[in-house]
Amino acid sequence: MNVPGPEPILETRDLSVDFGGLKALDGLDLAVYPGEIVSVIGPNGAGKTTLFNAITATVATSEGDICFEGESLIGLDPNRVTSRGIARTFQNVRLFANMTVLENVMVSQHCRTRQSVFGALLYTKAFRNEEAEIAERGKEVLSFFGHRLTGYRFDQPAYTLSYANRRRLEIARAMATQPNLILLDEPVAGMNPTESAELTGLIGRLRDEWGFAIVVIEHDMEVVREVSDRVVVLDHGVKIAEGDYADVSTDPQVIEAYLGHGAAS
Amino acid sequence: MSLTAPSDPAPPPRPASEPAPETGPSVGGSDDDAPPRPPFAQDWRRIARMGAIGAVGQIFISLSNMPVKLDGRAIIEGVLSLGYLSLVVLPLAAGSRVGHQLRREGVPFHRPGAHEVVGGAACGALVGGGLSLLAILIANFNLREPLVNWSPILADLLAFNRGTAFAVVIWFAIGAAVGAAAGLLRVVPPLARRVLWTMVLTLFGAAVLESLTTDLAEGMGIEALIDWFYAPRGGLTITGAIALAAGSGVLALVGRGRIKGAKARIDALEGPARNRAQGGLILATAAVLVILPMFAGKLTNELLANVGLFVLLALGLNIVVGLAGILDLGYVAFFAVGSYSAAVLTAATSPRINPELPWFVALIGVVILTGLVGLFIGAPVIRMRGDYLAIVTLGFGEIIRLLFLSDWLSGWFGGSQGITNIPGAEIFGLAEVAGTDPRSVFYLVLAFCAIAIYVSWRLERSRIGRAWMAVREDETVAEAMGINTVNVKLLAFVVGAVLGSFSGAIFSAKVGSVFPASFLILVSIVILVVVIFGGMGNIVGVIAGSAVLIGVLGGPKQPGLLAEFSEFKLLIYGALLVWMMLARPEGLIPSVRRTRELHQEELAQDAWLRGQTEDGHVEHGEDRA
Repeated sequence: MNVPGPEPILETRDLSVDFGGLKALDGLDLAVYPGEIVSVIGPNGAGKTTLFNAITATVATSEGDICFEGESLIGLDPNRVTSRGIARTFQNVRLFANMTVLENVMVSQHCRTRQSVFGALLYTKAFRNEEAEIAERGKEVLSFFGHRLTGYRFDQPAYTLSYANRRRLEIARAMATQPNLILLDEPVAGMNPTESAELTGLIGRLRDEWGFAIVVIEHDMEVVREVSDRVVVLDHGVKIAEGDYADVSTDPQVIEAYLGHGAAS
Repeated sequence: MSLTAPSDPAPPPRPASEPAPETGPSVGGSDDDAPPRPPFAQDWRRIARMGAIGAVGQIFISLSNMPVKLDGRAIIEGVLSLGYLSLVVLPLAAGSRVGHQLRREGVPFHRPGAHEVVGGAACGALVGGGLSLLAILIANFNLREPLVNWSPILADLLAFNRGTAFAVVIWFAIGAAVGAAAGLLRVVPPLARRVLWTMVLTLFGAAVLESLTTDLAEGMGIEALIDWFYAPRGGLTITGAIALAAGSGVLALVGRGRIKGAKARIDALEGPARNRAQGGLILATAAVLVILPMFAGKLTNELLANVGLFVLLALGLNIVVGLAGILDLGYVAFFAVGSYSAAVLTAATSPRINPELPWFVALIGVVILTGLVGLFIGAPVIRMRGDYLAIVTLGFGEIIRLLFLSDWLSGWFGGSQGITNIPGAEIFGLAEVAGTDPRSVFYLVLAFCAIAIYVSWRLERSRIGRAWMAVREDETVAEAMGINTVNVKLLAFVVGAVLGSFSGAIFSAKVGSVFPASFLILVSIVILVVVIFGGMGNIVGVIAGSAVLIGVLGGPKQPGLLAEFSEFKLLIYGALLVWMMLARPEGLIPSVRRTRELHQEELAQDAWLRGQTEDGHVEHGEDRA
C-alpha cells in the first residue's frame, strides 16, 4: 500500500448515510493521503456516488465524521466544502450548458474571488485585475486538455461541445475551483477506448503536475488498474475490500459482490 | 455510433414506403423539382377547422365590443377604422396560416402557386362567415341579457348600415378577399412581400403614432405638413396614406439589405472599433431621447415618462427574473415600498413621521429601506425553488399592499386615504420635478434608466452576473462549484428591489400622492409581461417591450397611444403573450443566451454540423443524439 504522507487529507470515520431506513453508507472508514489516487469501485447501488455526495455535503450524513485537512466538514454547506478545497465532477455531465466554455471555468472560481457589487459598478482597478486573473487561470486550466477546449472554443457555449469534451470541461471546471482534492465520478463513462486511455493518462498528470489528491469512481477496470494507488471496494454501503488493484481483483468477496454468490469458487 | 448528417449535400431519396402526405399526391425532392399543385386539391378538413376557429374568434371579438369601441379611431379617413381592422386581422391570419406547408424532412410537397390563393380565400370566407352568422343571429334573436354587447349598434356596424342581407354577403366577400390576399402574399416573390409588408406596417404605424407625431410636429412648427397627412378628425388622409405607402415602398426597395448590411458590418468589427461603433449608437440614441422631449407637448412627455417608469421597473425585474432566474410575481411590493418611503420622507402631510427631506436626500433613505425590505422578504423566499418561490413572492406582493391599506398601519401610511400633497423632486435647487411638468419628470426618469442600464450591464459581466447565470442554469451544481446560492440570489433580489424603488420614488413625486390601490397585483403582472414580451435577459429587449406595451397599449392605469384600447388592454396583453410564447418564446429582442436555452437542440445540431465540415472528419460523436 502506498502511503505518501502520515496525515490523511481526507478521512471518513464510521460514516453512515440513511435514506429513510435504507443504509446507503454504513459505517465507512476511508482515508485519502495527499498526492494519492484512490479508486472507489463496487456494483450499482453500492453507495459510491452517495459517498461523494456526503463528502460534498449534498446529502446529510446520519452518523460519523468527515475530516478534511484535519477539520470536520459535517454541517457545512456544499459551497463551503468547495471553498475548503474539495471539487467534484458529476456522473451525468452537469455543465452550465448555456454559458461559454471560459465562463464555466470562471464561474467556478467564485469562492476564490472577493469583488463586490460596488467593485463591479465602479469598475475599479481591483475588479479589472481580478477578472483578468480568473480569465487567465481559466485558460490555463483549459489548456491542460490540449487544444480541445482552447482558442475559438473559449467563447462557445458548453452545449456545443462533443460528449468527451463536455467530460473534459467538467474536470476543468473542478480544477478551476483550486482544490486540494478532486472527486471524479465516472470520468470516462461513455467514452471510446482511445479517449478513455487518454483521460487515464490525464488523471495521472492531474496528480503529478497539479498535486491534487484524487478519488475516482470508475467502472472501467482498465482505467482503475492504470490510475489507482489504492482501490476501495464498496458493496451495500460497506467497505468489503481495500488494497492495490492486484489484491482487490482477486479477493473472493469482491468477485462475489460483482458476480454473485458462488462465482468465486 | 453511426451518424447521418442531415445536411448531406444530396439528401437520400425518400423511401417509397413512406406514407404519402395528406392530400398531395407528390413526393418532392427540393423546391425546384416539386410539382405544382392543382388549385382545388385542398386539404378541406384543415380549411374547415381553421375557418371554424377563426369564425368563433370573430364572433368573440365582435361580442367583446372591440369593433364598436374602436370604430371611433380612424386609420385611414373614411376607408378603414381600427374597429374594422380588428375584424380583418383574423381572416388575414387564417388565410396566411392555412397555406403553411408542413415540411417533412425539410422538403416541401409542392411549389407554391394558385393553390395558396384558393385555400386562403376559402378559409378567409369561412372566418368572415362567422360575422355573417352573427349578423343573422342578431337580426333574429335577442340575447342582450347575458351578452351586453348584443346590440343594434353592432348589427349596424357589421352591415355598414345597409341591412342584414348585405352584412351576410359582404362579410363572406371581405373574408374571402382578405384570405385570398393573404394567400397571395405567400406566393409573390420575397421582395414584393417585403415591400408590401413595409407599406402596410408604415401605414399602421403612422396611424398609431398619430398623436405623437402631431404633437412633435407642433413643437417643431411643421403643422402644415401634418395637416396634409392626417385628417382633422383623426386618421390618415387618403392622399397622405398613398404618399406614405409609396414612400415606404420605395424605401423598402432601395434600402433592401442596407440595414442588415450595416448591422453585419458592426458585428464584424472587433475590439476598439466595435466599441466605438456601439458607443456612437448609444450616444445617438441618448441625444435623440434628450432632444425629442423639448419639442414634444405635455401629453407626449407624460407618455414618455410613463414608459420610462415601466422601463425602470422592467430593468429591475429583469435582473431578478432574466439574470438570476427567480420568478418574482410580487415585484410591485418594491415599487410600493419605494413610493411610500419617498412619500413619508418628503411629504409634510405624512401622518406619523414627516421629516420633509429634499427628494434626493430622501432617496438615500428610500434605497436603504427598500434594500432592507428586499432582504426581509427575500430571506425566507429565496430558499425555495421554482413554483413555490413564485407563489410565495405573489403572496408577499399582496401582503405589502394590504399592510399599507390596513387600519393597523393607517397611523403611519394613511390607510386607504394614502398620502397626498407630496412635493415634487427638487434637483439640487436647479429644477422642480413634479407631475405638472412631465418633461422634467421624463428627464429624471431617463437619468435613472441610464443608471439602471449601467448597473445591469456591468453586473452581467462580473463574477456576480456569472454566478446568477450559473444559479439559473443549475442551482445544485452552482452550489457544488462553490457559489453561495442563497447570498447570490438574495443579492439579485435586493438589486432588483433598489431599482424598483427608484421608479417608486419618482412615481410618488410625479403623481403627488400614493394610495394602496396604485400597487395592485396587476402591476407585477404587467411588468413581468413586459419583460417576457420584450426579451428576458436583454436590456434592449426590455426597453422595446415597455415601449410597445406601455407606450402603445398603455400601463395598468396609464393610457397609451391607442387610448381606445384601454378596455381591451388585458385581453390584448394576454393574446400577445400567448402568441409570443408560441411563435417566439425568446421575446421581441431576445438575449443570445435565452435563445440558446430555448433552441438548444437546433443550435447544437448546427454547431455540431459546422464542426463536422471544419474538422473534415467525424469527431467522436454525440452518441446520445
